[in-house]
Amino acid sequence: MIHVENLTKHYDQVAAVDQIHFDIHKGEIVGLLGPNGAGKTTTLRMLTGFLRPTSGTIRVKDFTVENQSLEIKKIIGYLPESAPLYPDMLVFDYLRYVANIRAIPADRNLSRIRELARQCGLQEVMHKPIGELSKGYKQRVGLAHAMMSDPEILILDEPTSGLDPNQIIEIRDIIKHIGKEKTVILSTHILSEVEATCDRVVIIHQGKIAADGNLRELKESSGNTNVIHLTVRNAPFEEIEKQISSVEGVTGIARLEESSDQVSVKLTISSGQDPREEIFRKVKQTDWVLLEFYQQTQTLETIFRGLTKEN
Amino acid sequence: MHQAVYIFRKEFGSYFISPVAYIVISIFLLVTGWFFFSTFFLLDQANLRNFFSMLPVIFAFVVPAVTMRLFSEELNVGSYETLLTLPVRYGEVVLGKFMAAVAFIGAMLVPTLAYPLTVSLLGQLDWGPVVGGYIGAILLAAAYAAIGLFASSLTRNQIVAFIIGMAICFTLTLMERMLFFLPESLLGILSYVGTFPHFQNISKGIIDTRDIVYFISVSFIGLYAARLVIEEKK
Repeated sequence: MIHVENLTKHYDQVAAVDQIHFDIHKGEIVGLLGPNGAGKTTTLRMLTGFLRPTSGTIRVKDFTVENQSLEIKKIIGYLPESAPLYPDMLVFDYLRYVANIRAIPADRNLSRIRELARQCGLQEVMHKPIGELSKGYKQRVGLAHAMMSDPEILILDEPTSGLDPNQIIEIRDIIKHIGKEKTVILSTHILSEVEATCDRVVIIHQGKIAADGNLRELKESSGNTNVIHLTVRNAPFEEIEKQISSVEGVTGIARLEESSDQVSVKLTISSGQDPREEIFRKVKQTDWVLLEFYQQTQTLETIFRGLTKEN
Repeated sequence: MHQAVYIFRKEFGSYFISPVAYIVISIFLLVTGWFFFSTFFLLDQANLRNFFSMLPVIFAFVVPAVTMRLFSEELNVGSYETLLTLPVRYGEVVLGKFMAAVAFIGAMLVPTLAYPLTVSLLGQLDWGPVVGGYIGAILLAAAYAAIGLFASSLTRNQIVAFIIGMAICFTLTLMERMLFFLPESLLGILSYVGTFPHFQNISKGIIDTRDIVYFISVSFIGLYAARLVIEEKK
């Protein structure tokens, strides 16, 4: 569906996006993840034909962005960051204007606007100026704008920024719903959002792709170091170390917290092992009081931190 | 092409949403009305020569004020990005906005039809120069609107856009009066570049293709420059 090769964008001498490659297939929901200033917005702007790449090729279906950007714009619906719209226009007027520009036939014009208003929850604000809307409603108008022509590809730049938790969940539901049939690309720096909505994650850091794959693949490929947290009462750290380090699969013990009668430790587990049963038996043999005992797998957050930490 | 029509409709409509439009129209009518009628009875002639002769100078102020927001506001708000990622050609965007500005100035000129009507009641008015004058006014407005649109595409600050547009329009208007200070070798070209003599011919009722070509060329250059500026922002 979308094929990107060697894509580079320079601002003056600084490379905002540097030689990136990726392919996006029909029906995927792709999350573009990265710290602020990583090049997410620049990448999306080049995909939509708003910015011209310094070098590299972008192909959407069979169209290239240099020669057929008009054709590409017809099949892409785009919501720019923070949904910049005309503050003086009424929501209804704006949507009708977009419908006209998107060449929606006049007889389906109204029914399409009504459908979008229902889908994005805009019925109550249709006759208010966009400038008077709250951020959440404005974002929804932007979403309706992007979805107007029922485009094959939907590109959303930080669709949930500045929304309250309820609105975030609503927008995510809309995105998931659209993503059943359409290709959706969204950028964000909220990790839970990617986990909640995306099939696939592309992590961008300093203009380069740091990781690309579905969430499970990413979690497996990044070392797969599992960690067990253990908190007990009535035991000095030294004794825990002595007892637990003999368990097979435990490669390291680190003290997290120690108060007068309570110790928290972090056990590093070599990959492929699950020594939880053995550890529990060991604890049972002693007179320690077990307060906490849980296994923690790699979260997207730790992967993200690992890949994008400034050195 | 029909995209340009939708952009025109939207821009023309949004002129009348904001109070700026009504302020500009009021000021324009006040200034022209006052200047025209304050000397009209002293001159005691049933013509509108006085009204049309001050139009170029007034337009040099008013037209850039009308066009200043067309691109600057979009650049400032960011709606420029939503606009250009819709399936529209740059040329259509420029043309739509240009037509809206010219139509707005046309709407601004409609109330001034009260002047020739009043004058025709008071004496024998020759309608030829009046019709010529209005055609000239629209051509002049088109040329200045194209320049103002170009100025607006340069910056996100409306005031800066206004000042740049006004400076260019004013220079073109007063070129005729400044010829005295300029080197002789350039006189031929520069006297052609000024808007005043071209407008004066038309407002006398002489519709000469050379003058029409002049106004169309200025409009075209302004619009083309604006289009180049937008494309360069990519």
